[in-house]
Amino acid sequence: MSEVEPQPSGPMDAASASRAGAGGAGPSSAALEDDQLLVEALRRGDEAAFMRLVSAYHQALERLALVYVSTRETAEEVVQETWIGVLRGVDRFEGRSSLKTWIFRILVHTAKTHAQREGRSVPFSSLADSDPEAEEPAVEPQRFLPPDDPHWPGHWASIPRRWDEMPEQRLLSGETLAHVEQAIHELPPNQRSVIELRDIEGYTSEEVCNVLGISETNQRVLLHRARSKVRGALEVYFDEGRTKS
Amino acid sequence: MTSSNSLSCIELVELVTAYLERALSPRDRVRFEEHLAICQGCRNYLDQMQQTIALVGKLAVESVPVDAQEQLLRAFRNWKSS
Repeated sequence: MSEVEPQPSGPMDAASASRAGAGGAGPSSAALEDDQLLVEALRRGDEAAFMRLVSAYHQALERLALVYVSTRETAEEVVQETWIGVLRGVDRFEGRSSLKTWIFRILVHTAKTHAQREGRSVPFSSLADSDPEAEEPAVEPQRFLPPDDPHWPGHWASIPRRWDEMPEQRLLSGETLAHVEQAIHELPPNQRSVIELRDIEGYTSEEVCNVLGISETNQRVLLHRARSKVRGALEVYFDEGRTKS
Repeated sequence: MTSSNSLSCIELVELVTAYLERALSPRDRVRFEEHLAICQGCRNYLDQMQQTIALVGKLAVESVPVDAQEQLLRAFRNWKSS
């Protein structure tokens, strides 16, 4: 019975819930103390407070930097500069945004500067791949019956398979995760930055909008396209494995 | 699309993220769930999207490399003494 029921049970938290279920939330989602306390500690030169911030955000910062610059080396440089920018700027931090958002904005600004120096096109500097009006279907149209089908226009020509019937060690294998990583890597930068912050780092849509300076709607469109493409890549990978075995 | 009140699968797949984000209007949410209730293909599709999100979440790297930590600690001490 429960199998046929739709499952709207807290779907909003799918990503964070799955992570919590997989053995505890990562440091990026662990609650840090109050921003004001942290800022005061930093201003006092409290090393431990700084290192708590580092362990909460460093990996996410580096991941986001890699959307803008081409090498890990440059990304590390960008993150290093970001932290120095944070320390230099902490006296001017006014709490108009959260500390986290403020740090990530410094990262984005620093990364853009580096990207321009590298002569790379900078995400969100043009509407090129963030135009919500542009046609980019989540699923190839040929997967559906044509609009003039007499019985089921626009319905699945053949229905998507159930992934939960796959052995778990395949679904969760390192090879599967490598495919996920690869699919994300191939996304246009705008989509990539949104899915990384939302679904890898578990940030809220509001945080992502603030960090990237985009609207709620644009954020959702980019997230949808990114997730749809990753799903599509996984489907191809899983189906290949099926025909092989 | 205007001739009928119900969603087709090709329309539903474009609404999945809005559904998961609870960004659909109450009316569209009802249409979405009504379609799901009668469509195995779209239930599978929604489940695939949720599994995709869960798999993407597994890419999170938890710990900062030791050399990066040390480098930042040095930077912090420099900043402090400047």
